Amino acid sequence: MSETVRKSVLAVGPFHPLQEEMEFFQLTVDGETVTDINVRLSYNHRGIEKLSETLQFDQIPFLVSRICGICSASHPLAYVQAVEEIAQVEVPERALYVRTIINELERIHSHLLWVGLAGHFIGYDTVFMWAWKYREPVLDLLEEITGNRNNYGNVKVGGCREDVPDELKPKILAELDVIEQKTEMLTKAVLDDPVLHARLKGVGILKKDDAVKFAVTGPTARGSGVDIDVRHDDTYAAYGALDWKVISQPEGDVFAKAVVRLLETFESIKMVREALRKLPKGPVAAEVKEIPPGEGCGHAEAPRGETFHYVRSDGGNRPVRHKVRAPSYVNVPSFKASCIGEHIADVTLTLAAVDPCYSCTERVAVVDGRRQVVHNYASLLQLSREKTARLRKEIGAPEMKLEDL
Amino acid sequence: MITEVATNLFWILIFPGFVFTLAVGLVASWLVRKVSALVQYRVGPPVYQPAVDVTKLMGKEILIPQDAHRAVFVVAPLVGFSGVLLLSTMLWLVGVQITFVGDIIVALYLMVLPSLALILGSSASGSPHATIGAAREMKLVLSYELPLVLAFVVVIIKTAGGLEPGEQLSLVALSQQAPVMSISGLLAFIVALLCVQAKLGFVPFDIAESETEVASGVMIEYSGALLAVWKLMQAMMLVALPLFLVVVFLGGIGISVGGLLGGIGKYLLVVVLVILIKNTNPRVRIDQAMRFFWFYCGGALVAAVILATLGNYYGLAWL
Repeated sequence: MSETVRKSVLAVGPFHPLQEEMEFFQLTVDGETVTDINVRLSYNHRGIEKLSETLQFDQIPFLVSRICGICSASHPLAYVQAVEEIAQVEVPERALYVRTIINELERIHSHLLWVGLAGHFIGYDTVFMWAWKYREPVLDLLEEITGNRNNYGNVKVGGCREDVPDELKPKILAELDVIEQKTEMLTKAVLDDPVLHARLKGVGILKKDDAVKFAVTGPTARGSGVDIDVRHDDTYAAYGALDWKVISQPEGDVFAKAVVRLLETFESIKMVREALRKLPKGPVAAEVKEIPPGEGCGHAEAPRGETFHYVRSDGGNRPVRHKVRAPSYVNVPSFKASCIGEHIADVTLTLAAVDPCYSCTERVAVVDGRRQVVHNYASLLQLSREKTARLRKEIGAPEMKLEDL
Repeated sequence: MITEVATNLFWILIFPGFVFTLAVGLVASWLVRKVSALVQYRVGPPVYQPAVDVTKLMGKEILIPQDAHRAVFVVAPLVGFSGVLLLSTMLWLVGVQITFVGDIIVALYLMVLPSLALILGSSASGSPHATIGAAREMKLVLSYELPLVLAFVVVIIKTAGGLEPGEQLSLVALSQQAPVMSISGLLAFIVALLCVQAKLGFVPFDIAESETEVASGVMIEYSGALLAVWKLMQAMMLVALPLFLVVVFLGGIGISVGGLLGGIGKYLLVVVLVILIKNTNPRVRIDQAMRFFWFYCGGALVAAVILATLGNYYGLAWL
């Protein structure tokens, strides 16, 4: 007799109407209950890090702004901050404020986008359409400032590419008023609807200690009561000079994540207003001649969480190593803690609630033919560790264990 | 004899059966899309869009999964379709006073047929998504059938005074009265409307089809002409089920010009209510749907039955 137990597996992906990107969640189900979840990514690996090594320092912001169509201000900012750390550049104050304005406008449109998508995932297409309609003016503003609705690439090493023109200020303020009013309406609708409460509260709970264990970032962490925010904890751009607060909710369910995002939108509106008011006069970029050898790290709070860039320079005009970690990379594995034991209907919503962005977070998988994965993340990590150990031995580095660090 | 058969065939196939109901159904499904679009700040499709969609599907290849039970898989849409066809013919004929005692029970049976066919067809397809969809559809049928029957019990109690005992089970007799004009009748109408919402598979009860969870669940393996038959069936249900509510609760459709216009108005009212509920709610979970139908709707109906009985006893028509 065979000892294998046949389990029914529900495939969410690789192509599934839940999300527009390629992802593959294998939900092991028992009736309507999900008993295990297996995530497989790496359908859309684009080799950004390798490409980046072939580009010059000032070309890379345009490349990394294409890592994610929605976090396309945060990635370049994190990269630029890493390079500025290497070159010890003094960034003009106006540039810091412009960076803040662009990043917060990005957060507003990203959070509204998520609210719309979340509505769609639970079949509430009216919310979907309305939220996206309200998001539209933000994209128009970004286009007027930077020339692009998405993929702005507005930062460069030493400052910003495009300035926020003073004559645009009244228009931005007027649009912000409209957006604030509409977001308020949306927030009230979400917070007061009993059917939405029934659908969102207590669903996909990520407990605080699980959130810490999986090291989640951004609204996912703040929705679980972990009030981490790079803008506050390691302040950059002009965030230190502005008056705002970190929003966090203790519950950890989908509802808490929605509340965090909606309230953060208000904070962002407030921040843009204040930044526009305080916008100092002066140049918007400093002259940067050379990038000396060295290494630097930069991180920024993208709408989905902390995005981290590491850049190493050997004194040439290209980085020799550029490492990117997008927020979804840590947020996606938390499904192990939040999805098991839930209904299928709740799991699909929980998957969407961290606002995952798969192509940003892709890592290589080696696939043989059409079916078999030869190397997945774990085995590649193992290979990489083995290679490091071999290199260490070759150059005669002292033996070191993880525990010693 | 031959003329009788011919008349019956004409009734079933041309007017007011197949062709007519289909035309009305396609317009009604356009109405659903257009009104939804307006609610959502969109433009919406032109009036011929549903017909074009179905025509396109008719020309597409039919793919039958390897693991599927072929016969059941192919026959199921046709069974569901014929059920709705008979139901709508019967309901239209109520307008011209053609009826038989007990046709309300036949109508109730025919109304379950599409759901049963859907369950059969999707279970036969052998897809895990469809299996979950079928299980959900089954639970949904179990949840809304009881409240629907109870809602008719309320109507029958309400109309007990004015009708002969046998006549209460005939649709024509019921269509002469409008029980919705009383508290108990209104309660029963609201519950029946929600049951119709679930039968139509619209949000908040589109659980069996939910696109973002099980990728249109029950329908996932259907393609080409078979999918077109399902779509046509849904379009015709959009005629039959609201019409059923109009006949049972709202006083039916008359033959006179005024009665006809009033009837069309009532039908549109029910359809627009359904569309508005569809667009102002998120999809509920299957266990929430069951709890809602059994406890909330069931409770409301028990209250309605008590009110209606008291109303009859004391002669208060508004109760």
